[in-house]
Amino acid sequence: MIKRFKQLTLATSLAVACFAAALPAAQAAEEQFFMIPSYRVGPYGANGQSFYGGFIDYLTYVNMKGGIDGVQIAWEECETEYNNAKGVECYERLKSKAQKAPGPIHTMSTGISYALADKATADHLPLAMMGYGLTMAVDGSVFPWLFPLVTTYQMQASAIVKFLKDKSGGSLEGKKIVYLYHDSAYGKEPILALQAESRLNKFTLIEIPVAHPGNEQGAQWQRIRQEKPDYVILWGWGVMNMTALNTAQKMGFPREKMVGGWWSGSEEDVIPAGDAAKGYTSATWNVAGKDVPLIADIEKTVYGAGKGNLKDTSKLGTILYNRGVSAAVLSVEAIRTAQAKFGKGKAMGPEQVRWGLEHLNLTEARLKELGATGLLPEVKTSCSNHEGSGKVKMQQWDGKKWVPLTDWIEGNKALIHPLFQADAQKYAKEKGITPRDCSKE
Amino acid sequence: MFYRETGQFKTSYAADQQIFPIRQDRIGIGILLFVAFVVIPLTAGNYWFNAILIPFLIFALAALGLNILTGYAGQLSLGSAAFMAVGAYAAYNFQVRIEGMPVLLSFVLAGLTAAGVGILFGLPSLRIKGFYLAVATLAAQFFIVWCLTKFPYLSNNSSSGVISVPGVEILGFRFDSPQSRYLLVLTIVALLALAAKNMVRSTTGRAWMAVRDMDVAAEVIGIRLMRTKLLAFAVSSFYCGVAGALYAFCYLGSVEPDGFSLDLSFKILFMIIVGGVGSILGSFLGAAFILLVPIFLDIALPWFSELLHLPFDGATVSHIQLMVFGALIMFFLIVEPHGLARLWQIGKEKLRLWPFPH
Repeated sequence: MIKRFKQLTLATSLAVACFAAALPAAQAAEEQFFMIPSYRVGPYGANGQSFYGGFIDYLTYVNMKGGIDGVQIAWEECETEYNNAKGVECYERLKSKAQKAPGPIHTMSTGISYALADKATADHLPLAMMGYGLTMAVDGSVFPWLFPLVTTYQMQASAIVKFLKDKSGGSLEGKKIVYLYHDSAYGKEPILALQAESRLNKFTLIEIPVAHPGNEQGAQWQRIRQEKPDYVILWGWGVMNMTALNTAQKMGFPREKMVGGWWSGSEEDVIPAGDAAKGYTSATWNVAGKDVPLIADIEKTVYGAGKGNLKDTSKLGTILYNRGVSAAVLSVEAIRTAQAKFGKGKAMGPEQVRWGLEHLNLTEARLKELGATGLLPEVKTSCSNHEGSGKVKMQQWDGKKWVPLTDWIEGNKALIHPLFQADAQKYAKEKGITPRDCSKE
Repeated sequence: MFYRETGQFKTSYAADQQIFPIRQDRIGIGILLFVAFVVIPLTAGNYWFNAILIPFLIFALAALGLNILTGYAGQLSLGSAAFMAVGAYAAYNFQVRIEGMPVLLSFVLAGLTAAGVGILFGLPSLRIKGFYLAVATLAAQFFIVWCLTKFPYLSNNSSSGVISVPGVEILGFRFDSPQSRYLLVLTIVALLALAAKNMVRSTTGRAWMAVRDMDVAAEVIGIRLMRTKLLAFAVSSFYCGVAGALYAFCYLGSVEPDGFSLDLSFKILFMIIVGGVGSILGSFLGAAFILLVPIFLDIALPWFSELLHLPFDGATVSHIQLMVFGALIMFFLIVEPHGLARLWQIGKEKLRLWPFPH
């Protein structure tokens, strides 16, 4: 019996090897192909499901409404498990299909974005990093193919400082702010910006790192209790957020004085924390809820026709779902912008899509046409500014839902953008890249 | 029939002691090298280079490193990913900080740095064994990743802690295309594998195996335990360090400390367990199995479920992939606890007799 098993396995392995050799596939005509390196399993699977559910639902919605001026959208998903190596494998696998008429690639992972940055630039494929990733790519002169659209960690940190400043009567002088962060690339990125802000606004900044995954924060909060800060800025991810909220409650630190970044402000973060999350504020670049006409329409059209991507429809209208929709809206709008210049009703090539992303102009009027008023801020990109907005909204958790507190707040661009440029110049020098001259674009 | 060595007479010690004493094996390895060095670079596509062949070779090298330590010298280690991290960051620092540094020299220095760190964390092996030693190497895993996160100097003050490596250039030739990078990695891996094979056949390797099988007995017959064990740690970490440098420079292009997590260490450990503990070939087979089977399942399962009209969506397929992969590992371990290398050996024995079993 065992002997036969062995023979069988040997034979199977051979068959596997032969089959794997015959894989490459063909590409159909006149359609825009989106490669979607998504994640639905693994430690962050729940976040990925909402985001990519929203993303794909919007693409389906556009197709049902006749495509992008007649051009249908095709896509293929590939599971990355939020793992850099798997992300690269997915990218390489789907690359050949996307080379003719690509959509912007969204990885929803800082690590994968970093790993793909050079590859996408070399292969001429536009890589979008909305609210994550290589933030210095805001400087499009060095990074023509990378688009950290809407806003970046640094601008968000700056906007949060601005919000706190308004909250404490126009000045932060002499105040103490704790920055409690996930000790990784993601958490470290805003530190320089916060330090610059603390010099400018004369507040004391205390940086406290939390090691991954952050499910034990006793020591950190002990320190916070000793320091007695005026505010805590929370920069967590996954389980770290709810632990922070719970520990804050245990230590008696008021949640009203805690402000989170946008990865610390989804339903997935606050609902598990229960009561401890009430009164907690976070930043976001897209609102939650189904009262945005576009989201309601997607539910009616796409889910009405039984073509929805999510099995669990309670996720519709959550922060991350709406963020996925917003990402898809921007991607499709970029292709529309490109079509307006290079010919309507045609599939756009990589260079054309890149042009579209670089000349996005999503005005309030256009957002209204799309039914997305208030879903995301206005976005206007250019060669020297691949970010395009830099605005966030503050929202507060009332125990049941996120309630918007403010209008769009813009970070201090004059302070933050030079930081990006300095980083980008250093990067260009290290890698031997000659920056484009943006005045000629 | 295929492996009948009738008529192959060995008339000198050199002939008797060569790596492949049977002519068929020599022809086989010749063909394999020819395919790897000539046929594949001419025929394979970018996907194969970037997503399959390069990572396969790099992980095979890391597995080889761990196999020297665990398979030959019997010292269980859970710190392979950390030693890879040391290699990656060391190579990056040598490359960025020293003007005009040849990249191959950086790789060697990266390996040596990793070897130094390996010796340091190998010191506990002089007192503790088995699972307890695994825990001590676990400390290396956490300490090194923490260190690389903690000190900005090590990542050249990058604001995010992620390093983005400069391009690889040797004697004015830039290794930009996937083919050229594949050939570079292949050459390094082939040379190091040859070195490993010779090392384990030499006095050093025999000393390692003696220590593995019974260290008291080894000591009694005059093997210096400290030297032997620390040498195993050094050589193993050197291999992992070079693998780490290649991982950063020829595969991902940018790495962060978190990428070298315990998960990766486990993955390398699984490679040698599935491939064959104490076998050079096993390191390669194991790396291929652990890396390629998930990719294969990822591609084949959706196709399969479509063919049979099964109602699986993307997420379910991903879950099934993990389940099938886990089941396959268990299956292989039950059927052949000595790994794929042993299967190959059994296959060879069979082919020797085939078609006449007696």
